[in-house]
Amino acid sequence: MTQTAATHLLELDNISLSFKGVKAVTGISFRVAAGEICALIGPNGAGKSSLLNVISGVYQPQEGRIRFDNRERRRMRAHDVAVRGVARTFQNIALFKGMSVLDNVLTGRHLKRRSTWIEQTLRVGRAAAEDDSQREAAERVIAFLHLQPWRDALVGTLPYGLQKRVELARALAAEPRLLLLDEPMAGMNADEKQQMSRFIIDINRELGTTVLLIEHDIGVVMNISDHVVVLDYGRKIGDGSPEAVRKSPEVISAYLGTRH
Amino acid sequence: MEFFFEVLIGGLLAGVMYDLVAIGFVLIYKASGVFNFAQGAMVLFSALTFVSLLERGVPFWLAFLISLAAMLLIAVAVERVVLRPLVNRSPITLFMATLGLSYVIEGFAQALWGAQVHGLDLGISDEPLELGGMLLSQFDIFAALTAASLVALLSWLFNKTRLGLALRAVADDPLAALAVGIRLQRVWVVVWTVAGFVGLVAGLLWGARLGVQFSLSLVVLKALPVLIIGGFTSISGAIVGGLIIGASEKLAEVYLGPIIGSGIENWFPYGLALLFLLVRPAGLFGERAIERV
Amino acid sequence: MFYREAGQFNTRYAEDRRSFPLRQDRHGLAALLAVAFVVVPWVGNDYWLSAILIPFLVLSLAGLGLNLLTGYAGQLSLGSAAFMAVGAFATYNLEVRVDGLPLLISIALGGLAAALVSALFGLPSLRIKGFYLLVSTLAAQFFVGWALTRFGWFSNDSASGVISAPRLDIFGVNLDAPVGRYLLTLTVVVALFWLGKNLVRSELGRQWMAVRDMDTAAAVIGIPLAKTKLLAFALSGFYLGVAGALWAFAYLGTVEPHGFDLSRSFQILFIIIIGGLGSLSGNFLGAAFIVLFPVLLSNLASLLPGGLIDAGQLENLQKMFFGALIILFLIKEPEGLARLWQGFRERARRWPLRY
Repeated sequence: MTQTAATHLLELDNISLSFKGVKAVTGISFRVAAGEICALIGPNGAGKSSLLNVISGVYQPQEGRIRFDNRERRRMRAHDVAVRGVARTFQNIALFKGMSVLDNVLTGRHLKRRSTWIEQTLRVGRAAAEDDSQREAAERVIAFLHLQPWRDALVGTLPYGLQKRVELARALAAEPRLLLLDEPMAGMNADEKQQMSRFIIDINRELGTTVLLIEHDIGVVMNISDHVVVLDYGRKIGDGSPEAVRKSPEVISAYLGTRH
Repeated sequence: MEFFFEVLIGGLLAGVMYDLVAIGFVLIYKASGVFNFAQGAMVLFSALTFVSLLERGVPFWLAFLISLAAMLLIAVAVERVVLRPLVNRSPITLFMATLGLSYVIEGFAQALWGAQVHGLDLGISDEPLELGGMLLSQFDIFAALTAASLVALLSWLFNKTRLGLALRAVADDPLAALAVGIRLQRVWVVVWTVAGFVGLVAGLLWGARLGVQFSLSLVVLKALPVLIIGGFTSISGAIVGGLIIGASEKLAEVYLGPIIGSGIENWFPYGLALLFLLVRPAGLFGERAIERV
Repeated sequence: MFYREAGQFNTRYAEDRRSFPLRQDRHGLAALLAVAFVVVPWVGNDYWLSAILIPFLVLSLAGLGLNLLTGYAGQLSLGSAAFMAVGAFATYNLEVRVDGLPLLISIALGGLAAALVSALFGLPSLRIKGFYLLVSTLAAQFFVGWALTRFGWFSNDSASGVISAPRLDIFGVNLDAPVGRYLLTLTVVVALFWLGKNLVRSELGRQWMAVRDMDTAAAVIGIPLAKTKLLAFALSGFYLGVAGALWAFAYLGTVEPHGFDLSRSFQILFIIIIGGLGSLSGNFLGAAFIVLFPVLLSNLASLLPGGLIDAGQLENLQKMFFGALIILFLIKEPEGLARLWQGFRERARRWPLRY
C-alpha cells in the first residue's frame, strides 16, 4: 500500500515525554495511515500507554510534534483532541460507573449535540427531536456491539468483559476518525478475545475508522493489524508490517530477553 | 515598627494554637485517609470532661488521665462503629460520616455535662511579659512551648518507635501494611487516641483562653485553611500553616480591619487558603496526587 | 399484582424517556398534585401550612439546589445557606428599591444574583478538586454572612439589621395568609422541580454525572470541564437563591443573615445525604424527615413523665440522633431514603411474587 503524505492520519515526530526526570518515551516517530489498524506493542513499561496519553492530549510531551489529519498540534488538551475526531478507551476502565450503559454511550455522543442546555431544560427548540436522533445513533452503536440486553444496566454492576465493550461503544458513539484502544483485550479469555477482535475488524472495515491499539497478545496483533510499531524502554525498536517486525532481531531480543 | 512586630508575634503565637488543632487532623488524615470533621467536637468533649471533673473536685492530673481515657473509649467506639463499616468507601463518604460523628459527640458532650460556659484556669497568669521592647502574653508563650514539646513528642513517636513505623506504614499504604501483618484496627485506635490527646491539650489551652463552651468545636473550621496551606499530610506543614494563618489573621484584623470593617478574621483565612490553593493545589507541603489513567 | 407494567409498551423513544414509565406512577403523581393544590388548601389548618408544609417545600427546593451541585456534579459544597441568603437579600432589595417590580420577577432575579455569586465562588473548582473545594464554599459562607451584616445597605439600613418581608402581592392578589403563601411556594417548587427534572436528564445532567464519576475521562471524551462545573454552581445557586427568597418571604416573614448560617448549610447537606444524593424525590424525603423529626421527638418527649427531658436536653438528643442517623445511612443505604423508596416500589411491582 503506497503511503503518501496525504493518507497519513497521524504522524508523530520525535516525541519525548518525561515525568520529573523519569523518561517515559524518547524520540518516538512513526506514522499511521488512514484506514489501517496499527498495533503498538512492547514489553511492560515500554511507554505504550504514556504514548497513547500523549496522542489523546492527557499528557503534554516535552519535545516533538504531532500532526493529526495534516494539521500540526503542539499543545492540545484532551478536550480539543476529542473535538478533532479522536476517541479512546483506557487500560483501567474509565466508565461512568453511576450511569447506565445507554447513558454512558450517550455521553460519548455529546459533541454531536447541537441544542443547548436551556433548550433541553425548557423542552423547546431542537431538544426533543435531537433526543430522538441521539438515542437512535446510540442504539446503532449498542446494536453493533451486541449490548442490547444490558442497555439499562448500571455500568458498575456489569462484568469486566462487558464493561470493556461498553467503553468501546462509548468511544465509537463519537463517530471518531481515529480510535485509540489501550489494551482492549486485557483480562479476557480466548472466546472474548475472538469476539473483541471481530468487533475491532468490523469497526475498521465497515465504518472505516483508523485504529491504533496497544495489545499484549501477539497472536491477536499478528492477526488483525496492518502495521506494527514496537517500543522498548521508551524507544522505538520496530516499525513495519507484522511479518517484518516478527522477524526483526531487535524485537526478538527485546521480548525473549538478552537484556532483561 | 515595634507595633507591627508585636502584632506579628502575637499572631504567630495565636497560630500555635491553631497548630495544635491542625496536628490532630493531620494525624488522622495520615492514618485513616479521613478528614475528621469531628476533631472539633473531640476537642470540646475532652475539654468539657476535664473541666467538669475539675469542678467536682477531682485533682488536675487525675482529671487529665480520666479525660484521656474517655478519648481512648471514643477512639475504640469510632473505629468499631464508623471506620470499620465504611472501610472501602470514598473519602467524601468518610468525611460526611465524620460530620455526623461531630454531631453525635457534640450532642453527647452537652447532654452529659451541660451547655454552660466553664472557665478554666490553668494557673498561668495572663500578664504581659516584656521582651525586647515588645509586650507578649505569658499565656501565648506557654502555649507555644507546650505545642513545641507536643510536636517533639510526636516526632519521637513517629520516627523512633516501632509503633510510629507502623503508623507511617499505614499512612502510606494501608493494604501493604495489612500484607506485612500490621493490625490496621489497632493502629487506627492508637491514632485516634493520640489525636484525642492532642485535642485534649488543644482544648485545655483554647478553653483557658475562651472558656470551655460550645464554640470551641467551631475552632475546627479554622483548621481547614491551616491544612490547606500546609497540606493535609504533613505535620510540619500543619505547623507552618497554623503560623501563617495566625499571623495573617491578626495582621489583617489590625491593619485591614479599620479600612474594610471589623470581623474580617471570620473569612480572611479562607480567602488566603483559597489563593494558596489556586497556586499550589496540594498545599505547601502536601503530596501531589498523581492520577493514573 | 396491582402495580405492574404488564401490557404497557413503549413504542416511541419519547415514551421510553418518561420519568414515570409506569401508568400507575403517572396517575399517582397526578393525584398527589391534585391533593396538594386543591385539597390541602381547603383542609389544612394554619399551623400545618405555615410551620410544616411551607418549610418542607422550601427545604426540598434547597435540597435540590445542593443536589444539583453535589449529588449530580460531584462538587462538595458547604456554602448553600450563603447562596440562599444572597437570594433572600437580593429579592428584598429589589422589592424595596424598585417600584412596581412583580414579586415573581424579583424572586427570579434574586435567584439570578445567587447564581452569579455561586459561580464566582465556583471558579476555584476549575483548579481544585475534592475536599479542598470545601474551602471555597466555606469562604463563601463566611464572607457572605460578614458582608450582609457589615454593609447596612443590604438591609436598607434598618437599625436592628432584621427586616420584615414586604407584602406578597401577585397580580394584585394578596398572599400574606398561610394558604396564599403555601400556594405560592407550592407553585414555584413544582415548576422548578419540573425544570430540574428536565435538567438532570438532559445532556448537561449527563455531563455533570460524568464529571462526578471520573473527570479525566470526561475531559478526554470532550466534555468541557470548566463550563460544566460553572453551570453546576450557577444553576445550583439559582435554586438556592429562590429557596432563600421563599424561606424569608413565605416562611419566616423576616430577612436576616442569622438564619442562613453554617448550621443551615449543614442542614441542607444532611437533607441530601438522608434523602439521597443524585435523586429528585430524595430531596422531598430528606426535607420531610428534617422537618418532621424534631416535631416527632418533642411529641414523644412530652409523653414521658413531666420534666424528664427538658428542651435543652431534647436539642442535644436530637443532635446525637441526627448524627447517628447520618452515619447509619452512609453505612447501610448510601443512596438514602430515595433508594429505600425505590426498593419498596420494585418489590411492589413484583408483589405478590417474591422476585
